[in-house]
This record gives sequence, C-alpha cells and structure tokens, in this order.
Amino acid sequence: MPESRQRFLKLALFGIAGVILLALPQYIPEYHTHLMTTVLFFGYLGTAWNILGGYAGQFSFGHTAFFGIGAFTSSLLQLHAGVNPWIGMVLAGIVGTMVGLFIGSLCFRYGLKGPFFALAMLALAEMLRLVSIQWMTAKYPLGINIPLLEDSLLNFQFRDKVPYYYIILLMTAAALLLADALEKRRIGSYFKAIRENEDAAESLGVNAFKYKLIAMGISAFMTAIGGTFYAQYYLTLDDEAAFGVANSIEILLGPIIGGSGTVFGPILGAGILEFLSETSRNFLGRYSGVHLMVYGAVLIIVIVFLPDGILGGLKKAFYKISGSKQK
Amino acid sequence: MFLLEIKDVTKKFGGLTAIGNLSFHLEKGEILGIIGPNGAGKTTLFNVVTGFYRPDGGAIFFKGQEITGLKPHQIAKRGLVRTFQITQPFPNLTVLENVRIGAYSRIKSNREATAEAFRILKTVGLYEQRNELSSVLPIGHRKSLELAKALATNPELILLDEVVAGLNTMEANQMITTIKNLQQEGITILLIEHVMKAIMSLSDRIVVIHYGVKIAEGAPQEISKNPKVIEAYLGEEYVFAKGQ
Amino acid sequence: MTLPGIPLLLQSIVSGILIGGVYGLVAIGLTLIFGVMKIINFAHGSFMMLGMFTTYWLYVLLGIDPYLSLLLTIPLLFLFGLLVERFLIDKILDAPEHNQLLLTLGISLVIENLALFLWSPNFRTIDVSYANKATTLGPVMISFPKVVAFVFAIFLTTVLYYFLKNTDLGKAIRAASEEKEGALTVGINLKKIYYIAFGIGTACVGAAGTVAAPFFYVSPQVGGVFVITAFVVVVLGGMGNFLGALIGGLIIGLAESVGAAIIPGQLKQFIIYFIFILVLLFKPAGLFGKANA
Ligand SMILES: Nc1ncnc2c1ncn2[C@@H]1O[C@H](COP(=O)(O)OP(=O)(O)OP(=O)(O)O)[C@@H](O)[C@H]1O
Ligand SMILES: [Mg+2]
Repeated sequence: MPESRQRFLKLALFGIAGVILLALPQYIPEYHTHLMTTVLFFGYLGTAWNILGGYAGQFSFGHTAFFGIGAFTSSLLQLHAGVNPWIGMVLAGIVGTMVGLFIGSLCFRYGLKGPFFALAMLALAEMLRLVSIQWMTAKYPLGINIPLLEDSLLNFQFRDKVPYYYIILLMTAAALLLADALEKRRIGSYFKAIRENEDAAESLGVNAFKYKLIAMGISAFMTAIGGTFYAQYYLTLDDEAAFGVANSIEILLGPIIGGSGTVFGPILGAGILEFLSETSRNFLGRYSGVHLMVYGAVLIIVIVFLPDGILGGLKKAFYKISGSKQK
Repeated sequence: MFLLEIKDVTKKFGGLTAIGNLSFHLEKGEILGIIGPNGAGKTTLFNVVTGFYRPDGGAIFFKGQEITGLKPHQIAKRGLVRTFQITQPFPNLTVLENVRIGAYSRIKSNREATAEAFRILKTVGLYEQRNELSSVLPIGHRKSLELAKALATNPELILLDEVVAGLNTMEANQMITTIKNLQQEGITILLIEHVMKAIMSLSDRIVVIHYGVKIAEGAPQEISKNPKVIEAYLGEEYVFAKGQ
Repeated sequence: MTLPGIPLLLQSIVSGILIGGVYGLVAIGLTLIFGVMKIINFAHGSFMMLGMFTTYWLYVLLGIDPYLSLLLTIPLLFLFGLLVERFLIDKILDAPEHNQLLLTLGISLVIENLALFLWSPNFRTIDVSYANKATTLGPVMISFPKVVAFVFAIFLTTVLYYFLKNTDLGKAIRAASEEKEGALTVGINLKKIYYIAFGIGTACVGAAGTVAAPFFYVSPQVGGVFVITAFVVVVLGGMGNFLGALIGGLIIGLAESVGAAIIPGQLKQFIIYFIFILVLLFKPAGLFGKANA
C-alpha cells in the first residue's frame, strides 16, 4: 500500500471513530458510558505502557508505580494545598517522570534487561505500595477522599459521568496521535531498533541508554497523568487502588493482547478485555477475580497462538503476503 | 596522521589472552585485510575497536583522536562502523527500516532518511527486498543487509567481519565488487575474511594474527609466502586451498 | 526504630531460620526451573497454593494428616507441573523472554482466580493438634510445625542435591542447565528433561506448601506472599544455583524476621525489595556468583 493512501485511510478511520465516540454518550445509558470510559482509560494507560514496553521493548511489570504516584501527587496537593487538579495533573506527570528517569537510569546504566528489568519494576511498585500502606494506615486509615467541589471543568469534578468520558476520550486521542507521530519518526524507529537488537542499534550510532530513558520518561509522564484522571473520577484513593499488582497487570494486558508496538493495539486490547470482563461477570456472577481468570485464559491463548498480539499478528501476515508478492 | 591506529591493545577473557599487545595502523583510503585461524582474536579486535569491549591495555586512535573506552554509538557517530560476523538484523523490521536506522544517524528527516536508504539498498542489491521482514532473508541477503545498515551511516572507516564467507560464488563476486566500489568512493576498509580469494584480491596490505598476536604484516603476495603464516595455518590449509 | 531485647532478638533469629528453610524450598523449585529452562516461573506461587489446598482438603474431607499428605501432594504436583510444561510452556520455549513470563503470569491468573471462585478468598487454617505445639528453649519458643517444615526442607534439598549429583537423570538435568548445546550433542532428550525439571520444581513448591500449611493460613492468594520472596531468594542465591537458593532462603528469612523485630509494620518487606533491586543492579549473578565480564 502506498504511504499516502495508508495515511489517508488512517486519518479517515480516526475521523469516523472520533465522530462516533463523540456522539456516543447521547445514545447509550450511563452505565455503558462508564464502561466506555473504562475502555478508554485502559486504552490510554496501555498506550503509555506501549511506548516503553511495546516500542522500546523495555518490559515494565510495575507501571502502576507511576500511576499511583500520579494519583497521589495531585490528590495530596489538592487536599493539603488546595492545588487545582489540572495543575496537580501536570505536577503529577512531572513527579512521575522524575521517578521514571531515576529508576530508568539505574536499571539501564547497569544493563538490566528483559525479565530482570520487569522484576525490578515490579519491586519498585511493591516498595511504593508498602510505603503507602504504612503511611496511609497512620494518616488516612479510611483512604484519601478528595474534597467535593462544585461541578465544573475547572474543578475537574462532575456528578455526571459523561464529562469524564470526554476528558479521557481526548486524552486517549492525544496519546494515540503521539504514538503515531513517534512511530513515523526517527525516535520511534530508534525505540524499535533498541527493542529488536540493542547491540546492532548501538553499532549504528543509536545511544540506547538515552533513548530508553526518553521512552521511560514519556511513558511515566503519561501514566502518572492517568493516575490523576483516576483519582478525579472516583474522588477517592487508597494504596491498593494506586499501587496494586493487579493494576500493573491490567495496564500491560491491553497492549499484549491487541498487539504491542502497534498504535491501535492497546486500545483494541482494552476493548476486548472489558468486553470479556463484562460478559464473564454476567455469566459467572460478580465474584471478585472472575474477570482476572478470564484475562489469564486469554493471555495464555494469545501468547501461545498469537505471540505478537492481534494487530502484530495481522501486520506480520501482511508482510508475508506482500513480501512474497514482490518476488 | 593515520586514519586508525591500534597501539599495544590487549584484551583478556579470564585467563585467556584473546589479543596481546597488538599494534597496527590504517591509512586513509586503503583496504587492510586481517586474517588468522579460527579463534585468533579477529572478532574480538573489532569488538574492542568499536567499543563493545573495553581493552585491558593499549589505546586506539581514530582520525588522531583517542577513542578507547568510548561507547559503541559514540564511535559510530564519529564515522567508524562495523558489521557483525553473525549478522545482527532488526528481525521484525523490514529491510528498508533496517537500513533507515543507519541513515538516521546523520539525517533526522524521515523522508530524506528513506531516500538515502533506497539509494543504499540499490548499491548493495537489496532494493527488491525492501519491504520484506529482515528475519526471513536468506544468508546472502542478510550479509548484504549487514553491509547496507553500516553504509547508511555514511562511515569514513568500515570494519567488515566476514561478509563474504557463506556466500555462493556469484554472490561472493558481487560482494567483492561492491567492496571495491566502496573504496573508489573513498571509504577506508578493514576486512576480516577467511575466503582467500576475497582477501587477496581486495587487500592493499594484510595483517595476520595468531593467538591474538600479530605474526606478519605486508602485501598479499608476501603474506602468502611467509613461512610463519603457513605454519599458523598448518592443519588449516584447506582455507588457502579453498580460496584459491 | 527500637532496639529489641536479647530474648526477642534470639526468638526472631530462630523463627527467621526456620521460615528461611521454607523459603529455600520454594526457591529451589524456582531456581531449578530457571536453571534448566531459563524461564522465570510466575505461576510458582499458585503451585504452592495448590499444594496447600491439596493438603487442606485431604485433611478436611478425608482426615489425612498434613504430613502424611506429602505422599500425595508431591506426585500430584509433579504430574501437574509436567502437564503444564508439556501442554503450555513447551509451546513458547523459543519465544521472547517476556512472552515466557507472560505465559506463566496467565497460568497463575487462571489458577489463583479459579481457586478464588471455587473456594472463596477466606483464610482457612488446618486445626491439627500440633498446629500450635511448641517447646521453649530458654527464652526462645520453638514452634513444632516450623521445625518440621525446616527439617523437611533441608531433607528434600539434600535428596535433590544427591539426585542431581549422582543419578543419570540428575546429571542429564544438570548438563541441560549448564550447557544446552553440549547436552544436545551427547544425545540428551531436552524435551524430556524439561518436563521432568518443571515437574520436580512444581513438586518442590507443592511440598513446601504442604509443610507450611499447618502453621500458615490457606487461601487462594497465599502464593503471592511466597512467590515474590522466592524471586528475591533466587536472585540473591544466583539464578539457577541450587545451594544458593537454600542459603538465600535462610538469609531472607533471617533478614525478614530480625527486620520485623526492629522495624515496624510493612517496612521489613520494603527492605527485602530494596535488597532485591540492589542485587539485580550490582550483583546480577547473585551473592555467590562470579561477576560476569
Ligand atoms: N565474550 C567472550 N568471552 C570469553 N571468551 C571469548 C569471548 N569472545 C571471544 N572469546 C574467545 O576469544 C578468542 C578469540 O575469539 P574471536 O571470536 O575473536 O576469534 P576470531 O578470530 O574472530 O575467530 P573466527 O575466525 O572463528 O571468527 C576465542 O578463544 C574465543 O573463544
Ligand atoms: Mg570472528
């Protein structure tokens, strides 16, 4: 497919999806708007994870570290200093980035790779969780409750769910555009080169350390901002919601199932997971963990039969066909 | 001033001295061949020169500046790149994307880097394969891709680690022509090769190493008559026999 | 931070060593699987939980003594591990490392949440007569089931050690773990070795679950408590290092127990993670491993 036509197709798809998604809340019940918000939310977080884990190939098993940091930063600033949540969101992103750059520079400096990097990130998230448990039981045994304010965009608070839907829709669209822009540019190619073969990338002048850190910084920033959104959506926060291992898993499942290292994989994966989770709840009842069981089964199936995820698999099949056609 | 100067370089792996006090130099524009039996330390030398290993002693100068201890990407940025004996493609990227990674080292724009990658793909004869995933390429194409990625960085000095070995006669001849053309374009080349036909026809000078130590240096004709070299290859005569 | 009195310190040292043996046993299964297959088994904790529940149900439904149930949990979990390897892990042995990690994560999600669905998240205990039996030695109280667990852990480790050193199968497993290509060339059937190694690793952790069941709680998520500790132990002892795992287990058991006496609340766990990250960064080959060039 010539590049210009591909681009047109992508834009058209993006446009149509945009119009439908903008109009959607008018036509569906509030509970479905909530479900759509969840899909977009995990699509957004998955896209953030994907930049580090999917494109740059640094597989983080503890991304909830950044998520929790973001959620806590803006909530605490709001609670104690009356900082507006939008400003808090930016600060959350900055704090998340700083933590990301710190742990990233340690891990990448000392050459932590693959599962070992994954485990180090998991350990980081767990450390934060333990600290927050310790601290929350002492100071906020009932969790942090964000002071209720008047409904307004400025306050980032709404009784109605629909405005949140539009905010996360915008955030997700921005994240997807960013991923798409990265993918087409040198920086995205460098991320992929590092993922595919770090030595070969270095031998061609790619500063792997620097680009891994950049990926970490972008990913941590976006994830932390997602944390603020979460805190404003629920207006309450505790250590498990912020730093639970399950978060880290749910963040990366979307990209893995939809196709890591592809622009639309994470959002596709998030949609599939949410659909499965709702269906399984309807069939098996609302036991906690039922959806995780289904996620686990899907994960096993995907890893065994579609190791590059849905879109990754399609992409490979496409190359196979187009490659053999040329000969 | 030499383009590359290796001074007393030593590299050890535990008790094994892979390279011991090795010194030689390269003039701008020449092709220097490096030969030596399996395990002589040739690839290790490349790894040391390009910053993948830190030498245990000695120093390396490129364009008069010391590059010992620099990172691989820093050395590549200065115009010294290498290929890998065991080819190292980016498997899930297309041939074009592979080569573009090299081009990006000096061209920021996606469009221009792509154009440059196209140009290089044509010179190494991979243009037809540009949209294939590099993981599916046969060995001949993989070697060409290895060369193309390095060339895309627009190097002044390129280190080629057995790019001819493993090719069939036709491919080998093509590769030899390509390398000659590179010299015409002004690129200096350091060549490791077991295929004697390639090394003899391409090299201006040859350095022979054995157990990490230089045992001979000179023009191809002198080298092939050197008794020390013949002795080093004793039991490996097949290398000479096969090549000639 | 408060300094504990001598009796408390002695007590925590003894408890730390005893629980450290169990950590070692959990970690030995993990390190065996890693050493042979280079796979980090995230499902290891769920296998332990299965071992605990097997023991629990055998006791509750059939009245079988927990220690006697070892005769069943060990073969059952061996078989279970073997089947998991044969039908799932085997499919992804050549996949990228993170996909291997994800597969074992998927397996653990299914097992744990299925257990949650079937058996509820409640904490259960096995109310055998000796569950709370203890003797005092000076100021130190020594719990009977913990001593049994410790002794059993040492015993099983020794048996395994001799198995690996002195039997043909054991030697083949070691060969496969040390030199994959070499093992292939001398005609070792790697696939078979993988089934068996994974089975043994699973049986080890199942047995650890059984001997821990009398003094620990039994619940679907109990594996998570042990598995992350086991990762720490394995990394500390050197990935794939058998005796390192046992010693690492003792060190972590001690650090945790003494830490708990000195540091309040959750922070002792914090320190374990901290050690973990430090070891990953600075001594990736483990405390006893040779530094890589
Ligand atoms: N990373 C390493 N660790 C330990 N030993 C190494 C390492 N790399 C190379 N060696 C050893 O150093 C010696 C030189 O190896 P090297 O690969 O440089 O040989 P070579 O001349 O390129 O051989 P060939 O012609 O077979 O490619 C060999 O004995 C090899 O086993
Ligand atoms: Mg070599």
